[in-house]
Amino acid sequence: MIRNSASEMAAKLERGEITSVQLTQAHLDQISAVDTDVHAFLHVDTEGALAQAANVDAKRKNGEKLSPLAGVPLALKDVMTQKGIPTTCGSKILEGWRPPYDSTVVVNLRKNDIVILGKTNMDEFAMGSSTENSAYGPTHNPWDLTRIPGGSGGGSAASLAAFEAPLAIGTDTGGSIRQPAAVTGTVGVKPTYGGVSRYGLVAFSSSLDQAGPCARTVLDAALLHEAIAGHDPKDSTSINAPVPAVVAAAKAGNVKGMKIGVVKELNGDGYQKGVRNRFEESLELLAAAGAEIVEVSAPNFEYALAAYYLIAPSECSSNLARFDAMRYGLRVGDVDGASAESVMNLTREVGFGREVKRRIILGTYALSSGYYDAYYGSAQKVRTLITQDFNKAFELADVLVSPTCPTTAFKIGEKADDPLAMYLNDIATIPVNMAGIGGMSLPSGVADEDGLPVGFQIMSPVMKDDRMYSVGSALESALLSKWGAPLLSTIPALAGSK
Amino acid sequence: MSLTYDDVIAKYEPVLGLEVHVELNTQSKMFCGCSTIFGAEPNTQTCPVCLALPGALPTVNEKAIESTIKIGLALNCSIAPFSRFARKNYFYPDMPKNFQISQYDEPICVNGYVDVEIETDEGPKTFRIEVERVHMEEDTGKSLHVGGATGRIHGAEYSLLDYNRAGIPLVEIVTKIVPGTGKYAPEVARAYVAELRDILRSLGVSDVKMEQGSLRCDANVSLRLIGAETLGTRSETKNVNSLRSVERAIRGEMIRHAELLNNGERVVQETRHFQEDTGLTRSGRSKEQAEDYRYFPEPDLVPVAPDAAWIEELRAALPERPSLHRKRLQEQWAVPDKEMSAMINADVLDVVEATVVLGADPAKARSWWLGEISRIANEKDVAIKDLAIAASDVAEIVALVNAGELTDKLARQVVEGVIAGEGKPAEVIAARGIKVVNDDSELMAAIERACAAQPETAQKVRDGHVPAAGALIGAIMKDTKGQADAARVRELLLGHLGQATN
Repeated sequence: MIRNSASEMAAKLERGEITSVQLTQAHLDQISAVDTDVHAFLHVDTEGALAQAANVDAKRKNGEKLSPLAGVPLALKDVMTQKGIPTTCGSKILEGWRPPYDSTVVVNLRKNDIVILGKTNMDEFAMGSSTENSAYGPTHNPWDLTRIPGGSGGGSAASLAAFEAPLAIGTDTGGSIRQPAAVTGTVGVKPTYGGVSRYGLVAFSSSLDQAGPCARTVLDAALLHEAIAGHDPKDSTSINAPVPAVVAAAKAGNVKGMKIGVVKELNGDGYQKGVRNRFEESLELLAAAGAEIVEVSAPNFEYALAAYYLIAPSECSSNLARFDAMRYGLRVGDVDGASAESVMNLTREVGFGREVKRRIILGTYALSSGYYDAYYGSAQKVRTLITQDFNKAFELADVLVSPTCPTTAFKIGEKADDPLAMYLNDIATIPVNMAGIGGMSLPSGVADEDGLPVGFQIMSPVMKDDRMYSVGSALESALLSKWGAPLLSTIPALAGSK
Repeated sequence: MSLTYDDVIAKYEPVLGLEVHVELNTQSKMFCGCSTIFGAEPNTQTCPVCLALPGALPTVNEKAIESTIKIGLALNCSIAPFSRFARKNYFYPDMPKNFQISQYDEPICVNGYVDVEIETDEGPKTFRIEVERVHMEEDTGKSLHVGGATGRIHGAEYSLLDYNRAGIPLVEIVTKIVPGTGKYAPEVARAYVAELRDILRSLGVSDVKMEQGSLRCDANVSLRLIGAETLGTRSETKNVNSLRSVERAIRGEMIRHAELLNNGERVVQETRHFQEDTGLTRSGRSKEQAEDYRYFPEPDLVPVAPDAAWIEELRAALPERPSLHRKRLQEQWAVPDKEMSAMINADVLDVVEATVVLGADPAKARSWWLGEISRIANEKDVAIKDLAIAASDVAEIVALVNAGELTDKLARQVVEGVIAGEGKPAEVIAARGIKVVNDDSELMAAIERACAAQPETAQKVRDGHVPAAGALIGAIMKDTKGQADAARVRELLLGHLGQATN
């Protein structure tokens, strides 16, 4: 039952073959069985999930009209607030904090009767590409428990690959949905910036953060995308326009006559051989399905990583200033005679991890008077150039494609002491965030040399998210025909797994 | 040792810079839906947004934008077609996000001016105060430092925080430097703040109560030798909570600076706090090391791009400038300067105007509000505006007097009754049985009774000594319980005693 796709589960619920309580319990059982090894979850809300499931079953029994994913369970990245449920963002500084309000994404999930199982592990405040930066210990990749599941949303992606949940919510600031999807053999989508409300998403970098769907199939991702997207008056940057028809696009999966642009700069040197092989193969399949493959160039992408590591830390240095022990979260050094200033300092010293501190310091420096123009100002100019590169490329192609990341999953600890090597993981995903466009990663097979999953990235223009679903769906079905079964059916079994 | 003000201005030229913070009177806060009502229980007007809970996002209060644009237009500013919010980063416990959302290099209104007129030795003179910018920002919460001698954070045992004020919309109006006011600097500054207050009040965008902090002025003062080009070092005085304090604070700072400079010392660039009791300032935060606020554009808010047509609509709907309005009224009513100032100082100009609009003669309206009604207000120690009498009541009473239905004396009784809460003028008249005795035969009977009672006085009048009639008139008025029209009594009496009334 738990190995089905979310839409298959929804169909069984609809036909009355199973109840949401049974389905939810099956996933809770799987979590109990495997999560000691995987560590995808920081908090499991057994009671809340079963109560919500029972509620959906009752509605269904009463003949109420339900949304397509009603009764299907989901794992929520621990960066989204959910009323009364611990929200830590993978940080010690928020240990024990229970938000008094729901994020808009959670409100939308509830509206659609999607059952929330619990909160998933992540790099602290979404800063990282391996989930090793979680204050609560790393998540392990279900394909190989000695390897990283990607980050920052490693918990969400791993929960899907370990069949602990059929759906998950991620957030993507520089690749935190797509890179974990790539290295776990799952599907992850970063919608157009402003497509999904950020209200209740604990900010890392406000101008780059975007919540999105994680799933095991393109259609499941589309169904979840439609459930959570749409204009929200509580988010000033939310786009006030209809949600692109992503479900229809995923169902049709039609690429006939579409122009697919291969980004010259996001391939070749520095990309693992197995990654390149799978990418070439996918292009052939898309061509066979009726798409026209063209090459495009984006010369300014080479500056994207540098600019990103100025903009994101700058915004984070300001966004994370609120964690000062005054109103919520950790408080350290509150002894007689201690000043507010010393409590703030001690709390932030103890409460933040190394990577978070590194970025706060970097951002504080980049925004300082005298350095602002050279750093933050220049980075914003690069951002404009990247957007222009995309605009030009989209004149030549309907979507752009690349490998999602240069390599397959690396070993836990392998790059922990080398931030630059770690940052390079996101070289192909970052430009999408810089331009605010949509991006998807879906599995394109495993690398010949290590047998680990490889991701294929599709990028679509602002509010044309439906295009990446068309292409993703077409590629997914071509690959499925080739493999005969979903990629995840070949994942090694976890001890205790049902 | 201590310098006089004359010593200061003989040698130095003051240069001013004024920053006025105005709390807007919007129903909700700048970036969330919380109430802005003053004086609620601490921390009852808060939400995830203004408490800066993780994940909460600001959204802009459209009404606050509208109010700010109105202010900009009234101050002759250009309204930027595109402006942005920026984050001003610094840590302080009363600031929930540890940054303030403000505007930095792209404010909403720029390059305006305000003309103010003051009395000088050479007569009235107009000074133009140039406005550099008008921008929007949010207020901080309030800290209450408990224990310790100074009520300041240093030395306090603990501090209490109230976030009700956090996020209240503020507008900051910043002047360019103001040179050339010479010895009139304190008066010009006061007149500027007063003019701003009047303009803001006429726009209806703020309560403009300096004592409650809804209008706050920071006064920057520096001195330079007369004729010098370069500016001196400035101090910034905060906590200036009345118009009088604006004047006193600037005068005090000018003297303090001059003393330092004369002694060969230097003025420290710092924030100073005005002390209401002594009229002096005390040192606050040093600004010698410029604080680095690490401003950058607020990524959580889209830029403000007001529609040009909307701006023109707001411009067309601006009220008449208060100072011009006053000039116009003064001309229309032909009121001497002194009377005009009296009305302004007593804060009755609006209500007098309303009374005139309802048909009362300006002189009558003025004399009621400035005279009898002011007297009662003083007696009760309340503001005229808080008395239970409206412009419509006074207009009605004036009309009744004109129609001969009331005498001035009776009218005062009616005013008193209205203020005492006995109802509208007609109700007071009915309830108290007030009526003018204008029945001549009734008056003639009273006249005859008076003449009979004082035959000698009556004879004096008959003999042509008209002033003697006063005593008789007094008696008659008493006889008719003051309800007679004294002029008519006089006319009838003199006729009765064979004297012409002209």
